[in-house]
Amino acid sequence: MNPKLALRGLKKAFGPKVVLDGLDLDLAAGQSLVIIGGSGVGKSVTIKCALGLIKPDDGQVLLDGKVITNARGQERQLALRQFGMLFQGAALFDSLSIWENVAFRLLYADGVGRAEARERAIETMRRVRLAPETADLRPIELSGGMQKRAGLARAIIAKPQIIFFDEPTTGLDPITADAINDLIVEMVKDLGCAALSITHDMASARKIADDIAMIHQGKIIWRGPAASVDSSGNAYVEQFVHGRAVGPIQAVV
Amino acid sequence: MLNWIRQVGRGVIALLRESGRFATFVAQAIASVFTPPLYLSQLARQALSIGYFSLPLIGLTAVFIGAALALNIYTGGARFNAEQFVPNIVVLGITRELGPVLAGLMLAGRVSAGIAAEIGTMRVTEQIDAMTTLSTDPFKFLVAPRLIAATLGLPLLVLVADTIGVMGGYLVAINSLGFNGSIYLRNTLDFLESQDVLLGVWKAAAFGFIIAAVGCYQGYRSAGGALGVGRAATNAVVGATVLILATNYLMTAFFVE
Ligand SMILES: Nc1ncnc2c1ncn2[C@@H]1O[C@H](COP(=O)(O)OP(=O)(O)OP(=O)(O)O)[C@@H](O)[C@H]1O
Ligand SMILES: [Mg+2]
Repeated sequence: MNPKLALRGLKKAFGPKVVLDGLDLDLAAGQSLVIIGGSGVGKSVTIKCALGLIKPDDGQVLLDGKVITNARGQERQLALRQFGMLFQGAALFDSLSIWENVAFRLLYADGVGRAEARERAIETMRRVRLAPETADLRPIELSGGMQKRAGLARAIIAKPQIIFFDEPTTGLDPITADAINDLIVEMVKDLGCAALSITHDMASARKIADDIAMIHQGKIIWRGPAASVDSSGNAYVEQFVHGRAVGPIQAVV
Repeated sequence: MLNWIRQVGRGVIALLRESGRFATFVAQAIASVFTPPLYLSQLARQALSIGYFSLPLIGLTAVFIGAALALNIYTGGARFNAEQFVPNIVVLGITRELGPVLAGLMLAGRVSAGIAAEIGTMRVTEQIDAMTTLSTDPFKFLVAPRLIAATLGLPLLVLVADTIGVMGGYLVAINSLGFNGSIYLRNTLDFLESQDVLLGVWKAAAFGFIIAAVGCYQGYRSAGGALGVGRAATNAVVGATVLILATNYLMTAFFVE
């Protein structure tokens, strides 16, 4: 069976700095995959290549077996309609209210009327436990955790088939982070969609992942079921999971 | 010696590359104006912020320049007994040159910098990427409304500036230079030709386009956090100012031919 999303031999360099060096990754329909790896190894770049926000120097992105690496116009729009993305900093539009943020796709891409869009936004906000009273606030009036929820609501409102999460729990206290993890698991189960998440946070990875993959020096160096991450037998993974400064990975300070 | 040539060459190449990037951006921006959808709510918002809220700045600039112009022309004209031409020269100077150029330069500061800072912040906080993932083209949502609002808005602002500028001259002329009010106004209107106003309006449309295009371009390509956004705003003001002055000369030379 074809994977839902496949990355094949992705390469990307910024000037002399090679970030991705032939990265391969498969994501099956309905599967939750978490990518772990140190700071600056190219986790965000990987996701942005998959979404088409960054053009890889080489390699391909396949959606349902179809190459979408350089898709444009209609074809690209069709691919984007299957995607939802929660950005590292939530990336809410600060000139719009919360409900307009959540309903952005409905309002401006799908041409849904404002009354119906607002209703659906508030319903989606309720699903991520954002009180309807926040609907008319601006993003800056919300705490970091609430912004993440709003970003999550915005990503799922049009029922995507793949959701990308870029560090959904960074910068949150452990309780809020855990609540976000629960939400992610719940949303993925409810929508039956696949999820590709990035995190440094092992607790979060264990909770939301079916599979965990580790990226290092531009490649996936290990992948396995979430439960086996403690017995991976891979020195890199062990060092990362236990957060040791000593080991094969050099800490960049 | 060789080093020096190398430096100049590098500078020229950088300039050409930058011009190429800007031209590509402008082409894409124009295309986004003429392809649906057009986001009317965004256009209304930009018309308000670029056009309407610039009125006080434009009005103040125009009234003071008109008044100063009248004084200068009076003093200069007195040297060869040509004081009576104050109204004619004031209205020509304002409609053909000072109205559009000063409005353009003031808005290069107010609007270009504002656009660059806003779009730049959206870029560095990934809001532009987010918009793309939400199936909405940032060119259509952000760039096109600003381009339309500025290109259509600046000519209207300039018509206001022309009127207020002439009024500034009028006030000084009747209050301190001893002109008769109704004669001043008749002289102003009798010698004014529609092409004088039209030249100013065409210039204004070009300047409005430059202001929005440069602001959007600098914001769109900004990178590197708050520092990058600040740099984008500065570059937008400098770039728009220089382009406005150069375009002003070219358009004047072309229309005077
Ligand atoms: N647009 C860009 N221009 C230049 N370099 C970039 C760009 N985007 C990313 N990089 C570089 O690519 C490398 C990988 O970046 P990326 O954001 O993918 O890291 P990451 O794995 O997500 O790290 P973190 O966990 O800190 O978010 C970094 O060293 C960064 O400097
Ligand atoms: Mg990242």
